[in-house]
Amino acid sequence: MLELTNIYKTFNPDTVNEKVVLRGLDLVLNDGDFVSVIGGNGAGKSTMLNMIAGVHYPDQGSIVLDKEDITKFPEHVRAKYLGRVFQDPMMGTAANMEIEENLALAYRRGQKRGLGWGIQKEEKELYIEKLKMLDLGLETRLSAKVGLLSGGQRQALTLLMATLKQPKLLLLDEHTAALDPKTASKVLELSNQIIQENSLTALMVTHNMKNAIQYGNRLIMMYNGKIIYDVSGEAKKNLHVSDLLEKFEQASGGEFANDRMMLS
Amino acid sequence: MSSTLLSLLGAASQGLTWAILALGVYITFRILDIPDMSCEGSFALGGSVSAILMVTFHWNPFVTLLIATFAGMVAGLITGFLHSKLKIPAILAGILTMVGLYSVNLRIMGQANTALLGEKTIVSMIQKLLPSAQSLGIKNSVLQMFVTIGIGLLFSGIAIVFLYWFFGTELGCCIRATGNNAAMVRAQGVNTDKMKILGLVLGNALVALSGGLVAQSQGYADIGMGVGAIVIALASIVIGEVIFARASSFAFKLIAIVLGSVIYRLIIAFVLLMGLDANDLKLLTAIVVAVALSIPVIKKTKTFIFIRTVLAKVFSLIGKFVLFSLIAKLVKNMMKGRE
Repeated sequence: MLELTNIYKTFNPDTVNEKVVLRGLDLVLNDGDFVSVIGGNGAGKSTMLNMIAGVHYPDQGSIVLDKEDITKFPEHVRAKYLGRVFQDPMMGTAANMEIEENLALAYRRGQKRGLGWGIQKEEKELYIEKLKMLDLGLETRLSAKVGLLSGGQRQALTLLMATLKQPKLLLLDEHTAALDPKTASKVLELSNQIIQENSLTALMVTHNMKNAIQYGNRLIMMYNGKIIYDVSGEAKKNLHVSDLLEKFEQASGGEFANDRMMLS
Repeated sequence: MSSTLLSLLGAASQGLTWAILALGVYITFRILDIPDMSCEGSFALGGSVSAILMVTFHWNPFVTLLIATFAGMVAGLITGFLHSKLKIPAILAGILTMVGLYSVNLRIMGQANTALLGEKTIVSMIQKLLPSAQSLGIKNSVLQMFVTIGIGLLFSGIAIVFLYWFFGTELGCCIRATGNNAAMVRAQGVNTDKMKILGLVLGNALVALSGGLVAQSQGYADIGMGVGAIVIALASIVIGEVIFARASSFAFKLIAIVLGSVIYRLIIAFVLLMGLDANDLKLLTAIVVAVALSIPVIKKTKTFIFIRTVLAKVFSLIGKFVLFSLIAKLVKNMMKGRE
């Protein structure tokens, strides 16, 4: 269970570039929740995820994961609890290293790295089996450099790496935004499948409202550094894109939904 | 023995002792993706430490190399600390360590250079185990070169085996990945600051070891011996990479660097034989490295592509012509044979 309590974050305080991104954000995530997060640009979605991951620290407020206060944990320490997939397909993998080397790095997430050999023989069987599930033909290319893969393949691989060791929380930060529509829907379907099979708790930021409605058991909408709409269960299933747009207009006081949200 | 052969032999022996420097710089420059200037200081540091321990304290030359390596580790640790913990840009952190080490090296030696004349060095120690130069029918200096080549091969070999092993371990994999994509490595729960420090420590250790080896083989340590070391190392790395571009496995890449270092020395020996002023060497090296590092950009320019296509066409025409005339000749000969 993840609890964000009263989180505030301001970037570049006391300068001309000062930007208040989160203003008293509260969020409680129950185990097994698959939450899609929507909101306009600058609403604080990515900052919230980065806050949880430890890329940035909150100015105020606390982050508690499974009764452990991780607010001040450095990024690499809390990484043992988290699986992360980034928007940029290049960010989740090491391009100059082989597929199996990337997987081996992810397989040891949160463990102490020693002088044992980087990849044990019996791991390879596991990697092949997992890669087969992706259905991208990567299982025969274990020793290919990741840089040779397409964006979609790299994103699928990152997804596999993020979940190779069961995370307490999976953070998907617009992880299909940089992919073409066909690949995007495939990666999204794959994400859903992996989350269901392992009954993971997940937070997925997306700009696509249809996807936000289609996937997950809960949906939250952010505006101006706060959560303005939180819906789950049956009510969420019956949502339409028009409902969300209306909600958004209401919250922003008539300001029309920005163009990126309109596109979806 | 001809002077040409002698200078080639000298080039090979120099290349092999300097190869370890190139391997050290490879770790920071290529694997960690950090242009580490501190290696210029730690190279001279290795030389000074090794020399002073031998001259003043008469320590075993092999032990002095060990201490030199350790001193290099400390230098790398300082650069790593400045860069990763104090967030000083890598290039500046390296320069700070390098400048600081200049004074440290002067302090260690107490003067600008330390001669090892008559001291027991690893070269003289091993030479003693061998039959004398006279009984082999060669000059003493030639025997020394052969011994140095042997020592260079031994140390380069050990360094390659060690690096191949280390960068295959979990820890080594993390260092490689850190140079590649630090954000991803942090997401996998690894402290990338530590990995950077570890890489810098390892790189500078090898650089200082090389400094000690070079000092012992040339017979003196000098405060200026590290000047331009990074460029020489880069030249060796780049030459190795260009000539052995097909090298895909890590072990072969490391071997390519050692060979690159030897080839660099051979080129230097060659241009010196051709009458180049020794004072112009560093300029030449800098130009070679600049050109080699800009190959990826040059390859993309329109002029290069144009020249390449023209050359390709000309060569294919010539090739076709030669082939055609050969076939014509063959046919003629066959016709003649029948007649």
